[in-house]
Amino acid sequence: MTAQPLLDVQDLTVEFSTRRGIVKAVQHVNISVAKGETLAIVGESGSGKSVTSYAVMRILDRAGKIAEGSVMFSGIDVKAATEDQMRDLRGREVSMIFQNPRAALNPIRKVGDQIEDVLRTHVQQAQVKDHGEKAIEALEQVKIARPRERYHAYPFELSGGMCQRVVIALALACNPQLLIADEPTTGLDVTTQKAVMDLIVELTRRKAMSTILITHDLGLAAAYCDRVVVMEKGRVVETAKAADIFANPQHPYTKKLMRATPRLGVSLRDLLPEEEGAATAVPAEPAPAEAASAESKPLLRIEKLVKEYPRQGATATLGKLFGRKPPVEPDVFRAVDGISFAIGHGESVGLVGESGCGKSTTSMMVMRLLDQTSGLIQFDGEDIGSIAPSAFARLPQRSRIQMVFQDPTDSLNPRFTAARAIADPIMQLGDIRGRDALRARCEELATMVGLPHNLLDRFPHQLSGGQKARVGIARAIALHPKLVILDEPTAALDVSVQAVVLNLLQDLKARLGMSYLFVSHDLNVVRLLCDRVIVMRTGRIVEEGSSEKVLSDPQDDYTKELLTAIPHPPLQVH
Amino acid sequence: MLTMIGKRLMFAIPSLIGVVIVTFLLTRALPGDPAAYFAGPAATKEAVEQIRKKLGLDKPLIEQFFRYASDLAHGDFGNSLTTGQPVATEIRNRLPASAELTLLGLIVSIVIAIPLGVLAATRPGSWIDHLCRVTTTAGVSLPVFFTGLVLVYVFYFRLGWSPAPLGRLDVFYSVPPTVTGFYLIDTLIARDVEAFRSALSQLILPATTLAVFSLAPIARMTRASMLAVLASEFVRTARASGLSPATVIVTYAFRNAMLPVITTLSMVFSFLLGANVLVEKVFAWPGIGSYAVEALISSDFAPVQGFVLTMAIMYVLLNLVIDILYGVIDPRVRLEG
Repeated sequence: MTAQPLLDVQDLTVEFSTRRGIVKAVQHVNISVAKGETLAIVGESGSGKSVTSYAVMRILDRAGKIAEGSVMFSGIDVKAATEDQMRDLRGREVSMIFQNPRAALNPIRKVGDQIEDVLRTHVQQAQVKDHGEKAIEALEQVKIARPRERYHAYPFELSGGMCQRVVIALALACNPQLLIADEPTTGLDVTTQKAVMDLIVELTRRKAMSTILITHDLGLAAAYCDRVVVMEKGRVVETAKAADIFANPQHPYTKKLMRATPRLGVSLRDLLPEEEGAATAVPAEPAPAEAASAESKPLLRIEKLVKEYPRQGATATLGKLFGRKPPVEPDVFRAVDGISFAIGHGESVGLVGESGCGKSTTSMMVMRLLDQTSGLIQFDGEDIGSIAPSAFARLPQRSRIQMVFQDPTDSLNPRFTAARAIADPIMQLGDIRGRDALRARCEELATMVGLPHNLLDRFPHQLSGGQKARVGIARAIALHPKLVILDEPTAALDVSVQAVVLNLLQDLKARLGMSYLFVSHDLNVVRLLCDRVIVMRTGRIVEEGSSEKVLSDPQDDYTKELLTAIPHPPLQVH
Repeated sequence: MLTMIGKRLMFAIPSLIGVVIVTFLLTRALPGDPAAYFAGPAATKEAVEQIRKKLGLDKPLIEQFFRYASDLAHGDFGNSLTTGQPVATEIRNRLPASAELTLLGLIVSIVIAIPLGVLAATRPGSWIDHLCRVTTTAGVSLPVFFTGLVLVYVFYFRLGWSPAPLGRLDVFYSVPPTVTGFYLIDTLIARDVEAFRSALSQLILPATTLAVFSLAPIARMTRASMLAVLASEFVRTARASGLSPATVIVTYAFRNAMLPVITTLSMVFSFLLGANVLVEKVFAWPGIGSYAVEALISSDFAPVQGFVLTMAIMYVLLNLVIDILYGVIDPRVRLEG
């Protein structure tokens, strides 16, 4: 470490005044970043990692303030600096990349203009001939193809990965000394994530910049950072070199976090903290052979399933209007392009692919929320593909296929208590009548998913993410379904919660003999929970096989690409 | 763009036809006999019958409707029974008076409400936020005729600063040659500064009355929408890039916050245009609202139908303008045209 660090945070405490009094989001945090160093701040939600970075830039909400400690940035006292001085610093010396790239850009302003706004603020007109040219250069630097054209694009016309490149261009336009990246790749596909992270590292190395990477992903931190700071509940619990921390974590929280990270060569049980893992370990996991025996007559059979959407474009409509032929594009878009697969009784199958590959469309068609264009969907020997989605909701078959949704918050009615949410499908389709019987069933289900009974009368906003996920699962299994479709059920959860929820799903499957269709983009998670994996790309199946085989010995190039894109923490936890 | 406008106008046609049918039926369903009203209280039964025949009111409803519709197709809105004037002429004369009043009221309101809302949003909990809250609550809770009467009492009767609330122009000035129908503009075109001043002084009080009433929705909407946008992530990005507060608030926050405000504006405008009857009554304003109400009281069908149809057309045009404005501000809307 150099004698004087670029950024030195000492004893930082950040307070938020809320209705319930003062909340200390960050307490006595010490962080220093040397010139040219890449530092990771790792922690789960609520650990105060983002608040720390906002305090460094002094862009906290109105309610938040730096209560104690000091923040020194290359000799400037950030806490004491005037707002004008800070504004001068932001964007020119310290800049930031945010989590959701599309939301981080002004939706109604051309991306080029947005970059120019920053240049105009910080770079003197005398130094640069043309801000426009400079903005195009900035776009070129982040490897956006045809930057001159993209200059005039609006954020909604660009993909998520492309938007993040624009945000990076915006952040690096003035060559700052420190870049703070706040979960820069959350919500992006793994291959896009790799491309974006590689780009950030390449650019910051070339410009000899320091970087703070804020992430919940240990793999990402290990792959790209020199040093790692682990935060828990507003405090720094451990700081060490990246190589050291993964080889020899000191703090129990760090150890817990590392255990919970899905990785190669571990089973689901290994994700749980040692004590709990031992306590809940079921001696024998259901043998995959059982599932195989039922293969002769699968629970769900899908053949040549196709979903087409009409391609809507202004050019096509205009072309029709003037009797002109639209450009060569076909006028339908095949979201799902003739896929066939089967799920056996008690089997869990992972459906993996990047956004736009058709995995969600497929699950929607199986759920009968969406009509297919053609193809067969056979469930339990019945052709359910011929039933219209609007009619399906009232049929008894509905209760046998249930779904757990991606966002545990959005998928619960905010005005229903947990008990009401769980009881909802029973009241619609179940045969349990009467207040007390219903309540008893809810409590039984709550016990099954490990939700304390006293939480049943709470509303979603009074529950944590993990608890809401449990409510969602309890609701899905309330009607004894045979097939549960899990649509990225853990994508919005912290790793330690994810570990618990995945184990819960595994236990429930063994106990209730359900089959799972697990839709996910995370191959590591899929491998843990699923017997078989189906890899999809642009509406087609590119590879199919047992989880172990596909992940250890992928055949298709795309599967290989997906696997290499996942950052692996060099962990050896025993 | 042109195709979008064309398409929108095409879509408006069925609703306009609906308006024609509904107003026709509604006026017929109203209690009161226009023939009896027109003949006067002293008329004999035969005289009333005769008038009814003359007006075509003895024909079956369907025939009456087709005659009405074919007249409409020729641009004939019918004649008013009470004034004897063609409805189209009357509306053409009176609509600019209402439009001028409403527009000026709206402009005054926008000029006050939008900055007030923006300031309140950027400084929540400050004195300006409280001022915004108090003003808007007061403005919306006072009935317009009350505000109007208070203004007249204070500024005309007590202080004598404003002229008598009697129409659009002081009797000493001649009406300017009609170009736009807006006296403020027409007097300027005619280079008659004195008349312009008179027209303006006549307008100020009623326009203020309308403005006070319409302050609330605009200011509240601006405040709420600004607060939402200021909390958004792209404003945070703009702040984190060190952009000046002016750029952040105007270029980043305000333009985005304008979208719901424009929708509110269009609603307020069309509401005021039809509903400023009370203001027109208080200030003896020869507007379209008071015309329609008088016609309605005397069971005079043609002006009522003409009024409703005019309003419907105005509403369609207004919505079109709003949609175009939307497209200008928000590039995402343009695609769907």
